[in-house]
Amino acid sequence: MPSTMSAAFRASIPVMFGYVPLGMAFGILFQNLGYEWFYAPLMGLTVYAGAAQFMAVGLLAAQASLFEVAVSTFILNSRHMFFGVSLLGRYRAKGLKKLYLIFGLTDETYSLITSTHAPEGHDEQDYYLALTALNQSYWVTGCALGALFGANVEFDTTGMDFALTALFMVLMIEQWKKLREPYPFVVALICGLVALLLFKEQMLLVSIALSITLLLFRNRTTQVMS
Amino acid sequence: MSQTGYLLAVFLVMMIATFITRLIPFVAFRNKSDHPLLMYLGRYMPPAIMTLLVLYSLKSLDFTQTPYGVNELLALLLTTLLHLWRGNALLSIFSGTLLYMAAVQFGWFI
Repeated sequence: MPSTMSAAFRASIPVMFGYVPLGMAFGILFQNLGYEWFYAPLMGLTVYAGAAQFMAVGLLAAQASLFEVAVSTFILNSRHMFFGVSLLGRYRAKGLKKLYLIFGLTDETYSLITSTHAPEGHDEQDYYLALTALNQSYWVTGCALGALFGANVEFDTTGMDFALTALFMVLMIEQWKKLREPYPFVVALICGLVALLLFKEQMLLVSIALSITLLLFRNRTTQVMS
Repeated sequence: MSQTGYLLAVFLVMMIATFITRLIPFVAFRNKSDHPLLMYLGRYMPPAIMTLLVLYSLKSLDFTQTPYGVNELLALLLTTLLHLWRGNALLSIFSGTLLYMAAVQFGWFI
């Protein structure tokens, strides 16, 4: 029987292939600011938000005010508010463990937690913790490698982060196999395309909010009809 | 404030702002996890969000200019077909990613 850790590692390998090159890209960009290299992995450790860290490089370069930093970070990450709504029943851990699970809730961690399971007979919460910690370790490693070695890396990683796109695709198929109901997929596809056309920069936030509204609307109408 | 002090203050502010966005639903719906509406969302949101993440990761594709998104679409097609055929997640993801890397690095298709 596979252990919790090895099952989590296996499930998270695609995230490793996405996070390491993306973290490296961040580390290389961060080095242009002129700080010591170790601040890049420190940021991955404490802030741990991909898009927000890239945004921060620009804010740091412009010496933005802390208020501006707080507001832009909050807006950029506000889509994460919706993730938790569908995890209330799953996150049963308590105390610090639960706080860490919430702290480490990235798009990719959310995807793995909602689409994969702990091996038979193993604690689901430990599996979630292992996934969350492994994913963050890949990101921090990438940040450190990029900041330390920067442009000296011989191996061309261009395109490697496509692993995340492929991972989302595979997990979407897995969700389909589990649910076998077209409604949420069709709703998301339409909301996503509309949001892409109208609000490209805030595409995820807008399309997630719109999809939830339509899902709830359908729940209401089926209740009224039955 | 010194440069390092400013940097650390930015980290702290960003850490708190990010954590709050992730924490809000757990505080707002504390002890409500068995509410039928939230259980309904727990069931139907993951498929919707997975679909949106696929779309989001393709958001910079431009179908009006070369290479017309052909690298991404072919790599995703390979991933999808392999996954429907064998159902092995790692195999599907790595084949698609390797095809994509080769396609963009060597300019295979366009």
